[in-house]
Amino acid sequence: MHDNLSSRSRTSVSIRELSLSFGAVTVLENLNLDIYDGEFLVLLGSSGCGKSTLLNCIAGLLEPTEGQIIIKDRNVTWEEPKDRGIGMVFQSYALYPQMTVEKNLSFGLRVARVPRDEIDRRVKRAAAILQIEPLLKRKPAELSGGQRQRVAIGRALVRDVDVFLFDEPLSNLDAKLRSELRVEIKRLHQSLQNTMIYVTHDQIEALTLADRIAIMKSGVIQQLDDPITIYNRPRNRFVAGFIGSPSMNFLSGELAEAGGEVVFRTADTQFSLAGYDHAQPLIPGRKVVLGLRPEHIKVDRDVVGGEVHEAIVDIEEPMGADNLLWLKYAGQTMSVRIGGERRYRVGSRVKLGFDMTMASIFDGETEERL
Amino acid sequence: MDKSTIATVHPDMPARRYPGPQGKRPRKALSGRNIMLYGALGLAALYYLLPLYVMVVTSLKGMPEIRVGNIFSPPLEITFEPWVKAWAQACTGLNCDGLSRGFWNSVKIMVPSVIVSIAIASVNGYALANWRFKGADLFFTILIVGAFIPYQVMIYPIVIVLRELGLYGTLTGLIVVHSIFGMPILTLLFRNYFVSLPEELFKAARIDGAGFWQIYFRIMLPMALPIFVVAMILQVTGIWNDFLFGVVFTRPENYPMTVQLNNIVNSVQGVKEYNVNMAATLLTGAVPLFVYFVSGRLFVRGIAAGAVKG
Ligand SMILES: Nc1ncnc2c1ncn2[C@@H]1O[C@H](COP(=O)(O)OP(=O)(O)OP(=O)(O)O)[C@@H](O)[C@H]1O
Ligand SMILES: [Mg+2]
Repeated sequence: MHDNLSSRSRTSVSIRELSLSFGAVTVLENLNLDIYDGEFLVLLGSSGCGKSTLLNCIAGLLEPTEGQIIIKDRNVTWEEPKDRGIGMVFQSYALYPQMTVEKNLSFGLRVARVPRDEIDRRVKRAAAILQIEPLLKRKPAELSGGQRQRVAIGRALVRDVDVFLFDEPLSNLDAKLRSELRVEIKRLHQSLQNTMIYVTHDQIEALTLADRIAIMKSGVIQQLDDPITIYNRPRNRFVAGFIGSPSMNFLSGELAEAGGEVVFRTADTQFSLAGYDHAQPLIPGRKVVLGLRPEHIKVDRDVVGGEVHEAIVDIEEPMGADNLLWLKYAGQTMSVRIGGERRYRVGSRVKLGFDMTMASIFDGETEERL
Repeated sequence: MDKSTIATVHPDMPARRYPGPQGKRPRKALSGRNIMLYGALGLAALYYLLPLYVMVVTSLKGMPEIRVGNIFSPPLEITFEPWVKAWAQACTGLNCDGLSRGFWNSVKIMVPSVIVSIAIASVNGYALANWRFKGADLFFTILIVGAFIPYQVMIYPIVIVLRELGLYGTLTGLIVVHSIFGMPILTLLFRNYFVSLPEELFKAARIDGAGFWQIYFRIMLPMALPIFVVAMILQVTGIWNDFLFGVVFTRPENYPMTVQLNNIVNSVQGVKEYNVNMAATLLTGAVPLFVYFVSGRLFVRGIAAGAVKG
């Protein structure tokens, strides 16, 4: 994967200043996005933020109000979907109900008048890759959800497209199938090395599949980065709160000066921010929000050096491998993740250590990362 | 639930240890209410069936028996002569070849009208549902408003239009009129059906490279069979039962069956042959009846499949 990253020079899909409105409702506004050749890009965002709309624009199913779409160095803004070199997989599978699996797979090729033996060859290959050979003679109604989605992927596969578009392909499947098919999609990407654009609102899918994740909110890309950067260095408070489960802890307070260094002050406590790698100057007096992920807070025996804080256990949620503690700290609620074998009684006092190297500080007003 | 209610519902329940079933006890099948209900329904059914019964028995009697008899009594001597006469010999105007001429005229009018109107309306509905062209909503609104304009208002303008086209009085003219008048309701029917199909199917077909007609014929049509049956029933019965357009837009030699039936039944010369009239009426009604019986189930299924959804 890292070889990939460095060898990626060519752009596969380029979206320039794309805007789209439905009448008076503007869904996408001046959106720019470059996707590299062979990249797995995940569009992640809450419901209604315009992910499907963007994907439909790339596919040519929606006409943008303004802007350009370039695929493989060709400006396809006004091209028909079939001429864009894209294949698409939908959440609802969208298999043609009256056709067998084989006919579903070959429909696009038959429409394009590809010779018979070539069609057979490609259908066979796709069926082998997706392990659906025994199903070729069945109708979609006789398939399970997971099998249907494989067929839908196969439909894009037979057409030998440059870019795969997935619109929440796993959302209709149960949890077990979802994780199986997720791995399979990742394997498919590794063997095909195609460009894939994948829409989801499931952050696990996003984090596990993506080379890069684009986090969207009301039609605007909030951050476009690799999963680790998104997770550890969210660019604003929205991204920070959106990624991670349980969600990042936010402490509201302000910056202050004490003993020659900048400290964070909230309610009746204040502590040092030493170790925080700030991108913008930390100016005393500014209202800020301090973000700490549940696994970046050390508890009791893990606390080594640095400042020690005290909190009271409010609720304990044992989850097998992990144990989640909900704590009362400085009048606010915090969650902390510890090993599953460490148990606490509700009401007991715990010592906390904050790992400032992994913290995020956001401006109280702009909510941007400092 | 408190104990007092249990006590009133089951006065002889021994120890009140259980809370008792929730909700009302299901009513018995033969409650007073049900007897009233089924009685009323039965009467209504009888009310509608009685004329049919009278028609059938009368059509099977000879004239002498009709003159003496009570209209409800079954025929003493069954004869099919009235049926034969109604079909092949009854006189209307100048011709004396019975209803058969009208039957074949009606077939010649109905078959092309049904095919043309359904073919056009289904494509209309598909285009309105899936292709969302500019002005589609306006077009649709105009079409629907058109459905509410009374026929009588449009008859004279249409006569003029047909005359100008040289189609007035011809079967083709009547076919055109039937196709136009079926358009709003059929388009609405098809549009609503196609709107109810998942939009992704259409998108997938477009990505697969299918065009307007390929999507229509290879994807949409095979999925729309129930709604085609509904449309067919509506059109067959509507066109077959039409009287007004038949009288206005055709000449006597092209009169449809309904108009001919009217002429037979209302002819003023000679004795009224009730048995022939009854047979003629039953013959005329046979086609819609047949269609209902054959496709009634499909009709219901098509309606259930979203045909009537807004
Ligand atoms: N045809 C349309 N007409 C008007 N508004 C629309 C239309 N399609 C989508 N929208 C609006 O555009 C916005 C974005 O829709 P979109 O389907 O792209 O969301 P999404 O991010 O894919 O959400 P989800 O996760 O629920 O699929 C929504 O607010 C939606 O109401
Ligand atoms: Mg969506």
